[in-house]
Amino acid sequence: MIRNILNSYITRMLVALVIVGIASGVTLVLVYNYAQPRIKVNMDKEEKDAVKSIFPDMKQASVVSGQAGGEDVVMKVTDANGKMLGYAFIAEGNGYQGIIKLMVGISPDFKKLQGFEVLESQETPGLGAEIAGEPFREQFAGLDITHPIEYVKNQKPSQPYQIEAITGATISSRAVVNTLNKRIGDLKKQLGGSV
Amino acid sequence: MIKDFLKGLWRENPIFVQVLGMCPTLAVTTKALFGFSMGMATTFVVVCSSVVVSAIRKFVPEQVRIPMFTVIIATFVTAADYFLKANFYQISKALGPYVPLIVVNCIILGRAEGFASKHGVLRSLLDALGMGVGFTCALIILGSARELLGSGTIFGFRVMWQGFTNWVVMVLPAGAFITLGLLVGLFNVIDGKVREKR
Repeated sequence: MIRNILNSYITRMLVALVIVGIASGVTLVLVYNYAQPRIKVNMDKEEKDAVKSIFPDMKQASVVSGQAGGEDVVMKVTDANGKMLGYAFIAEGNGYQGIIKLMVGISPDFKKLQGFEVLESQETPGLGAEIAGEPFREQFAGLDITHPIEYVKNQKPSQPYQIEAITGATISSRAVVNTLNKRIGDLKKQLGGSV
Repeated sequence: MIKDFLKGLWRENPIFVQVLGMCPTLAVTTKALFGFSMGMATTFVVVCSSVVVSAIRKFVPEQVRIPMFTVIIATFVTAADYFLKANFYQISKALGPYVPLIVVNCIILGRAEGFASKHGVLRSLLDALGMGVGFTCALIILGSARELLGSGTIFGFRVMWQGFTNWVVMVLPAGAFITLGLLVGLFNVIDGKVREKR
């Protein structure tokens, strides 16, 4: 008798949980199928817009190495006449509060930085988040990258490879500089012979 | 029956009275728009899960109701997360992990366990809708106050005069606590006055 009750309880619980689980799974599959292609489009568009804002004359960006949409992607950027504008690639590093993900553009000869866009960051609003702001970013346009980039505090840069860190956000500024240096250094090694 | 809806707006407002769901409340209200988006996502989840929980309440074995409610809630949260990512990508990025975290928002499990599992579908729907709207309004007020002082704008429109110095602290976590504290105090003052008149 007791056994029967126990059995029926357990059976009821199992059946209820299985049904809810299956219904949930089916719903999620449907949602996923609807959303995934759109999310992919959004992410691609975001990257493309970032490249476009670094290279305003961009017509086409073709992948040279790595995988499109991946973290190791390197793209060759050309204008409407097929003229090479430079390379665009993603650089990731640790910021003050989390990963900073940048889209970076450099000149075809690896000598000058074209600029960068912040794709992802969790820096402090109003302070570190200013790394995405125009005043900080425009310092990087045309920066000399034959020498590792350096940052200076509270003074105007005196060398072509120096930038001024944001007051009150040295760590975020340094994170950007280190991320750029590391990725550019790696790329030089990786592509050095061929470009 | 209309009372089921109205109580979420004022008398049992999830933020100002029940002080539930503080994690998204404090974290995402740096801007009015984010507060609004968070409120809408939460409303969607609380309404859908309350309706489903209420509809199946007679078939749910007492012992496993919490896991079942959690699975139902998690399903709707994931759906909301994907929907935001697919259609409002920038907002979804700004809200970050706080959309998936709606799963653990106690307002939702609270409504499922405390109301929907004991009442009919229509009343549960109204109850959840009231709670969702009350939550959304509170987040918009909080977000507007912080955005106004922290960035000088509301919903992205410039409100403060040119040359206004942004109070950065309002955008930081400390500003969330200060604003919430002041708003809860203000709410209680008004509530007290209203009760006195009666």
